[in-house]
Amino acid sequence: MNETALFDFAGPQHMLIAPILIPVIAGALMLFYEDRQRQSKLGISLVACVLMLVVSVDLLLRSKGTGPSGGNLIGLYVLGDWPTPFGINLVLDRLSALMLVLASLLSIPALVYASAGWHGRGQHFHSLFMFLLMGVNGAFLTGDFFNLFVFFEVMLAASYGLMLHGSGAERVKAGFHYIAVNLVASLFFLIGIALIYGVVGTLNMADLAQRMPGISDQDRPLVHAALAILGIAFLVKAGIWPLCFWLPSAYQMASPPSAAMFAILTKVGVYVILRLGFLAFAPGSGPSAGFGAEVLFVGGIATMAFGSAGILGSQAMSRMAGYAVLISSGTLVAVIALAMQDGGVPILGAALYYMVASTLGISAFFLLVELAERGQGAVAAMLALSADLYGAPDEEPEEEVTGLTLPATMTILSICFAALAVLLAGLPPLPGFLGKVMMLSSLLQGGQGGTTASWVFFAVLILSGLATLIALVRVGVQTFWAGDDEGPRVMAIEIVPIAALVLMVLVLTWQSRPVMRYMEATASALHRPQVYIDGVITAERTVDQREEEAASE
Amino acid sequence: MELILALAIGTLVASGLWLVMRPRSFQVIIGLCLLSYGVNMFIFSMGRLRMGAAPILDPSVDIDPTAYTDPIPQALVLTAIVISFATTALFLVVLLAARGFTGTDHVDGKERDS
Repeated sequence: MNETALFDFAGPQHMLIAPILIPVIAGALMLFYEDRQRQSKLGISLVACVLMLVVSVDLLLRSKGTGPSGGNLIGLYVLGDWPTPFGINLVLDRLSALMLVLASLLSIPALVYASAGWHGRGQHFHSLFMFLLMGVNGAFLTGDFFNLFVFFEVMLAASYGLMLHGSGAERVKAGFHYIAVNLVASLFFLIGIALIYGVVGTLNMADLAQRMPGISDQDRPLVHAALAILGIAFLVKAGIWPLCFWLPSAYQMASPPSAAMFAILTKVGVYVILRLGFLAFAPGSGPSAGFGAEVLFVGGIATMAFGSAGILGSQAMSRMAGYAVLISSGTLVAVIALAMQDGGVPILGAALYYMVASTLGISAFFLLVELAERGQGAVAAMLALSADLYGAPDEEPEEEVTGLTLPATMTILSICFAALAVLLAGLPPLPGFLGKVMMLSSLLQGGQGGTTASWVFFAVLILSGLATLIALVRVGVQTFWAGDDEGPRVMAIEIVPIAALVLMVLVLTWQSRPVMRYMEATASALHRPQVYIDGVITAERTVDQREEEAASE
Repeated sequence: MELILALAIGTLVASGLWLVMRPRSFQVIIGLCLLSYGVNMFIFSMGRLRMGAAPILDPSVDIDPTAYTDPIPQALVLTAIVISFATTALFLVVLLAARGFTGTDHVDGKERDS
């Protein structure tokens, strides 16, 4: 191996695989440690997450293209150096870079929060956490269906472990349903992949998108069926009605740091729907253009309505957080459907902005809920009693938390809670409001204005915000004003991650102009799939280049 | 052969779905196994059905692609088998834990009537 080849090995183009390698190495390394050495494990996890954040921010900066590339640079990593449609490849564009940054931003607060005690309530928390991140990052980066399946399974297997972390009868029961639903969804995923391969003869997403216009009329219904079956798996993951009944109880029962991380899992489903919708069913794909948009729209609207009803009917704050997840992913799926039907670039850009803001907010909400419910007083006991009538699960015995307690804990918690309520309900000035207003204004200005679908979306979006506001204000008043004077025993290390997430949301508001510009460029890149397709198909193998270099010497 | 395979896949998937929708956890897990068998056979059949053809090209003779079978579905099905086996094993552990916690094999942890 000569010097240049050695340099290649550590060169910046290999950075693309780092978001997958970092967590898998860190997770595997921790398996050598005894499980009681939690501080060392925590250290390794934190280093890995910070590294991942640095790498993904670097990738994000490098995925910004210029005019000729449609504002979207495709980074391609050809594993094993096989020619493109046959080999396995990782693809980086603006959207996947954005998702990578979001995942690593969520992971650090969740880890810090877990270090206050939750990581000690079960086996191998840190390794599972790392493998979950590996699966999530891999799903964002992969460019072919089968590896998407493999990374989905890595992510799901780790999430099963994290879901059950801490054990207990209620958690195991919720986890049982969660696993059963996801296993069946994975089988649908496989059927879809097999059908696509059988009909089109490719597993590469870009290759499929390229071949979509030329598929014969005879085969087209089969390809549609395959992608629809595939879509079921992603809709289950995204929690779209009627495939979402497992979600609120599973997320309610998961330990708070796991639930905070699960906030990104629904977004993985949304991400794949976004990616596939704009690749396979792009306007240029002949008769397939916009296929499935109606179903996605109805599903998204139904999910928002179901989530709103659920959040109003919930007794416990943790259950409300689960329904907030549903409202968020329902909104996104409905917007994707509108954007697929010529909804235009601005609405999709606004939706991406809303996605980042709501994911950060929901993650913080899951962490906050546990602290707030820890300090439940007499009123909460009464609530718990009424919750018991509805068949809600028993409160688990809390371990005594020792350590530094902050003064005015309830004040800080209630300020964070108010900020999150404002964000999730979509009131000014936080990004929830900005995102929703931009979605609505682009609906009114864009080509969709005046259609029935746009008015339905308009109404449901505002009503779901109202439902969220009513539910959160009600529970906030009960928890923070009617509670006992004595606040919960909370450690600084538990409040800091929540405050950090709220701070990120504030930064998102403060810097909304550059962030929105990035989101709009991402949305416009999604509307121009040819850049992605060309970037993947015309990629050169490094061996070819080396052979040419050798020949020219 | 196509008919037999189609019938076999259909029977496996139908029985699997029926069992998955039963309220007993043991039936659910057997149903999942049957479903994954059906799905694996389905993936396998997507490479077209051929008898006695090798999936590996022999470079020493003139290569006639029609004489070979498609290797990709075989590779895919191998991965799919491993993954579904692992996740089913994990599910079995959860089943045992749930059985231990609730003392019943009902999927909701209690009988509907009680």
